[in-house]
Amino acid sequence: MLAFIIRRLAQSVLVMLFVALIAFVIFRYVGDPITSMVGVETRLEDQEIMRDRLGLNDPVVIQFARFIGNALQGEFGISYRLQQPVTELILSRLPATLELAVASALIALVFGVVLGVFTALRPKSFVTAGIMAASLVGVSLPTFLIGIGLIYVFSVELGWLPSFGRGEVVDLGWWRTGLLTESGLKSIILPAITLSLFQLTLIMRLVRAEMLEVLRTEYIRFARARGLTQRAINFGHALKNTMVPVITITGLQLGSVIAFAIVTETVFQWPGVGSLFITSVQVVDVPVMAAYLMFIALVFVLINLIVDILYYVVDPRLRVDGGASGN
Amino acid sequence: MSMTETPPRPPATPQAPPRPESRLRRFLDSDIFYSWKRSPVTILATVTALTLILIAILAPWIAPYDPFNPASLNLMDGFTPPVSQGPFSENWFLMGADNQGRDVLSTIMYGSRVSLFVGFMATMFAMVLGVGLGLTAGYNGGMIDAVIMRIADIQLSFPAILIALLIFGVARGMIPASHQESMAIWVLILAIGLSNWAQFARTVRGATMVEREKDYVSAARIMGVHPILILLRHILPNVLGPVLVIGTIGLALAIIEEATLSFLGVGVPPTQPSLGTLIRIGQQYLFSGEWWILFFPAVTLILLALSVNLLGDWLRDALNPKLR
Repeated sequence: MLAFIIRRLAQSVLVMLFVALIAFVIFRYVGDPITSMVGVETRLEDQEIMRDRLGLNDPVVIQFARFIGNALQGEFGISYRLQQPVTELILSRLPATLELAVASALIALVFGVVLGVFTALRPKSFVTAGIMAASLVGVSLPTFLIGIGLIYVFSVELGWLPSFGRGEVVDLGWWRTGLLTESGLKSIILPAITLSLFQLTLIMRLVRAEMLEVLRTEYIRFARARGLTQRAINFGHALKNTMVPVITITGLQLGSVIAFAIVTETVFQWPGVGSLFITSVQVVDVPVMAAYLMFIALVFVLINLIVDILYYVVDPRLRVDGGASGN
Repeated sequence: MSMTETPPRPPATPQAPPRPESRLRRFLDSDIFYSWKRSPVTILATVTALTLILIAILAPWIAPYDPFNPASLNLMDGFTPPVSQGPFSENWFLMGADNQGRDVLSTIMYGSRVSLFVGFMATMFAMVLGVGLGLTAGYNGGMIDAVIMRIADIQLSFPAILIALLIFGVARGMIPASHQESMAIWVLILAIGLSNWAQFARTVRGATMVEREKDYVSAARIMGVHPILILLRHILPNVLGPVLVIGTIGLALAIIEEATLSFLGVGVPPTQPSLGTLIRIGQQYLFSGEWWILFFPAVTLILLALSVNLLGDWLRDALNPKLR
């Protein structure tokens, strides 16, 4: 167990180092840090002194080591555009994105499982055919068009829900939440649905496939022979056994949800990390770009690590060959 | 995709039956054409995709207006609703006019031209890069294989859009401001292509590792054929089937990715709007009721992505009946 965890940890650290190298290259070589810090009037000699003092003339290896040292302390420099520490900026935007991501993951999980079970239990119904066709169309639609469509129907035509922003937020000290006010709850509905649709179809198709598989097995037939009720068979026996892969996929997809939030946040003007990243790409705000890259990579690596360890705990078969990666 | 090497034919003997079968005849008799004929959805998707592509290619000749010639624009035409004027009047707009008085139909024609160009070029780039790296990794194995596939693994675990955004941002920082407008389209192609190569590499590598062990490859190797020649002439034709499938689906993904980037405002320059840019513009007028500026480009994008996607799905089933 311990050896397995250590090996996975080492792999994660390697991936993080690789991403850090990319982030460092972006940070250091895209644009000149000095030119973006000083005005036009600064003399060349002064620029040279600054360069020296900031250590930009040191060997690249030392600079990279320093970059990693700073990153470990959560230090990514100052945003060129907003003149604030990057870490502070990202942390202040994080709650909005996380609330959105978790809300949409919940929607995707609940509706995905319900629809998946339904389509598996009634494979010949025309409702199933409709759901499957809709899911195919849903997958090929770009996220931003889904968002715009929802805005048009529910905000412009019906006027039920707000089309942008987070509504009123409550400050809990270190976490600004929108989930405690009515306007905040109303505001999160449309973006969460938009963000969830892709995962929803994924989970639905997965549950359906797994259920169809499980329903054919011997122990289900035996349960029928024992005279158990349909409900007990379908939910107590069949669904329970499909949940492990479903929860894994939902967990692994949480990282993608956070990254896909870039698009959704732009459509709904949601003040999260994603919209911060988009504006920094537009104006080439290099420190924010580098820090966001590191942040997303960390989220992905952590989720992968947790899922792998959970797998190891749940599924004893993996222990034989030392735990091949589940990804 | 059976292009196995045939030995040089012996001189034709008088008994050899004549083979009048033309290439067309052979194609019409093939399994692929049969499965195409049998699927109405696929026929519809093919017709839709080909029509849209044809319209995009012919845009400069068939578009009713030239939307990018300032001389032909009239701001007074701005926000004209669709078919509000008689068809014989001076300023007749089938799909209405946008905020600057540009004919929406014409901007869509030119816009799909940009979208398709970027999509095709990016997919080609990803295909060449991915197939090349996949062949190299699969044939050589060892260290090269490990490095290439590790990078592909890492990249595949991040969404393509995020990688494209990063590459775009980096390229923007490297290119001097004076060239940004003219280079933007190529930067976009580079970004989308680089974010999609890993799929090709992974598939081709797997297929190459299978082919590598077969006798015809050993034979070629023993005959002293250069490894690069073995890869290109012998192995490549045999792994092209899945590449074609991934390429088609990749084209749909690339078109959507381009539209998303342009919608986010980091894609093509506003002087050369793609479908995504048009949707971005149209979104601003949704609240004031000018729905057609958004609606028609969006429908075009959906039709384009959906039809190419369906073609890819069909191709996958047709080339690999086991995978149903």
